[in-house]
Amino acid sequence: MSVTTSSAPAIPRSWLIGGGVAVALLAALALIGPVTIGQFLYRPPQLLYGQLLLGLINGAFYALLSLGLAVIFGMLNIINFAHGALFMMGAFAAWMLLSPNLWLGMISPGLTVPAWLSLGYWPALVVAPLLVGAIGLVLEKFVISRLYKLDHLYGLLLTFGLALIIEGLARNAFGSSGMPYRVPDSLAGGVNLGFMFMPIYRGWVLVAAAAMCLVTWLLIEKTQLGARLRAATENPGLVQAFGVNVPRMISLTYAGGVALAAFAGVLAAPIYSVNPNMGSNFIITVFAVVVIGGMGSILGSILTGFGLGILEGLTKVYYPQGSATVIFVVMVIVLLARPAGLFGKAV
Amino acid sequence: MDGTTGLALPRARPFTLLGFSLAQAVALLILLVCIAAGPFLIYPVFLMKMLCFALFACAFNLLIGFVGLMSFGHAAYFGMGAYVTAWTAKTLHVTPEIAILLGGVAGAALGTVFGWLAIRRQGLYFAMITLALAQMNYFFCLQAPFTGGEDGIQQVPRGALFGLVRLDPDLAMYTVVAAVFLICFLLIHRIVHSPFGQVLKAIRENEPRAVSLGYRVDDYKLVAFILSTFIAGIAGGTKSLVFGIATLTDVNYAMSGEVVLMALLGGLGTIFGPVVGAGVIVWTESALSGAGSWVTVTQGVIFVACVLAFRRGIIGELAALIRRPL
Repeated sequence: MSVTTSSAPAIPRSWLIGGGVAVALLAALALIGPVTIGQFLYRPPQLLYGQLLLGLINGAFYALLSLGLAVIFGMLNIINFAHGALFMMGAFAAWMLLSPNLWLGMISPGLTVPAWLSLGYWPALVVAPLLVGAIGLVLEKFVISRLYKLDHLYGLLLTFGLALIIEGLARNAFGSSGMPYRVPDSLAGGVNLGFMFMPIYRGWVLVAAAAMCLVTWLLIEKTQLGARLRAATENPGLVQAFGVNVPRMISLTYAGGVALAAFAGVLAAPIYSVNPNMGSNFIITVFAVVVIGGMGSILGSILTGFGLGILEGLTKVYYPQGSATVIFVVMVIVLLARPAGLFGKAV
Repeated sequence: MDGTTGLALPRARPFTLLGFSLAQAVALLILLVCIAAGPFLIYPVFLMKMLCFALFACAFNLLIGFVGLMSFGHAAYFGMGAYVTAWTAKTLHVTPEIAILLGGVAGAALGTVFGWLAIRRQGLYFAMITLALAQMNYFFCLQAPFTGGEDGIQQVPRGALFGLVRLDPDLAMYTVVAAVFLICFLLIHRIVHSPFGQVLKAIRENEPRAVSLGYRVDDYKLVAFILSTFIAGIAGGTKSLVFGIATLTDVNYAMSGEVVLMALLGGLGTIFGPVVGAGVIVWTESALSGAGSWVTVTQGVIFVACVLAFRRGIIGELAALIRRPL
């Protein structure tokens, strides 16, 4: 498995399969009732576009999280089960930076810091991923790095244990109900796009997530650092022999992937309430996304993430009962048609 | 996973009892004594919970320990077994032994489909796929009418065994649970030590080699998967009769994680490990039941400790100490 963009040949066939499935589904829909497809598919635009937007936003989080998972898997050969917990930690870090007096008071009554020390949304967007990335660095250095010579399954078990610890501690400290995080003033309100009302913050999440995906892709595919990273993914021993500090690279990769998750967490904080379960709700779906896309390709992770988010949004409009399971159903179809995943290489 | 079996060298005519080596026979004797004496020393319902989870962990261990398949979604089969047993016992008024059997069949039916899908991939992907399929099953159970959604199926009657013996007294129920546990436990032991089991171990040790020797590896994996999910369904069904309730907790991914932890703590690939692991975890949970989320934290710490320092598990370490497989 490697973190390289697979070149063109693999893609068209998968699109054909995906397109075929979509056409078959549409045809089935058209046959269900004695109504025309147009009437059948008509929904009030407010509902349709609203759900599409929500789907896109979910897709943005799928993309950011599965991207981090893919990068980490490429270098470390472990599936980072703690990814959801670290996503949640990113959101909590933003909340804690914003209102330090609230939780400092929990630790010991009377413990306060002056108001100017509270960091708003914009600084948190930088500081929270750095903090969580630093935690990831420590975790990799002292815990995860002990497992590289063992069966990869131990990495899964270990990070699952880490996720349990992080989530359990968060539930103990903050309860499971969740804290609200206000949308920053500079992004409050919305615009009327004619066909729908678009909250500015949601638009910003889409732009920021897409930009972050693009930056990560450019970093890995177009820079010298990325070239070394890809080389080390293919053959760490050889790259080390060329004088590249591979262990440090592995640590930084883990920290980077984790920081991506935390960045997504900060973006998510004003949309979902900040609560200890927000990560575990996401992570299993993201696993399905990863199985669908295959972990061989950065661009594949991004496209699969956004695409499945849109599909989920559409399902919410047309068949609400199926919206929770649609991604898993797609996973089953992909497993039947193309077991290696849409963008993956055969294992 | 690194093997913990095969530590003892074969002797000329080693002692065996029902296929158990001497050390294993002693362990079995201790287990039997514990099961027989248990209800007079400890609250029987608590013991029954331990036995149900021990059986569940043994079913999981059959896959990870002897085929090398890491199923991270075993709660699906356990929970589906619990739902079907509870539903048939409550709505159709079938007798408990039939209800439990139907629970097992439900687990196996689900396992057939999920296993058939999941064995297309190996290693970590297999774990992720089973987890995702189990999550799909969770959402199905959340919405399906027969499961009762958030409420689950409550007040399931224990009924009368073969229509004759009322199981409402805890001791009667305990006898049934112990019998179910022992039958399935011996069944697993029999499977592992059969020629079929030897092929499974060959697949665990070196899959390409097993393929090159002409074994249809995928078929073996699928049969092992179905057997494991059948027993998981039986364990879930028995649990739902003991407590008279089947809920979403049984199909949740946290339950899948718990059974992994039980097998890991007891010792992957050992016969008695999952039983001990399940006992310890169930006991820990009840001891910490007032402490809220500290249960989760404790489980996480046990996970990390096991993986970092204690990969053979309790029974695995013991087996290494006496240099005999247990």
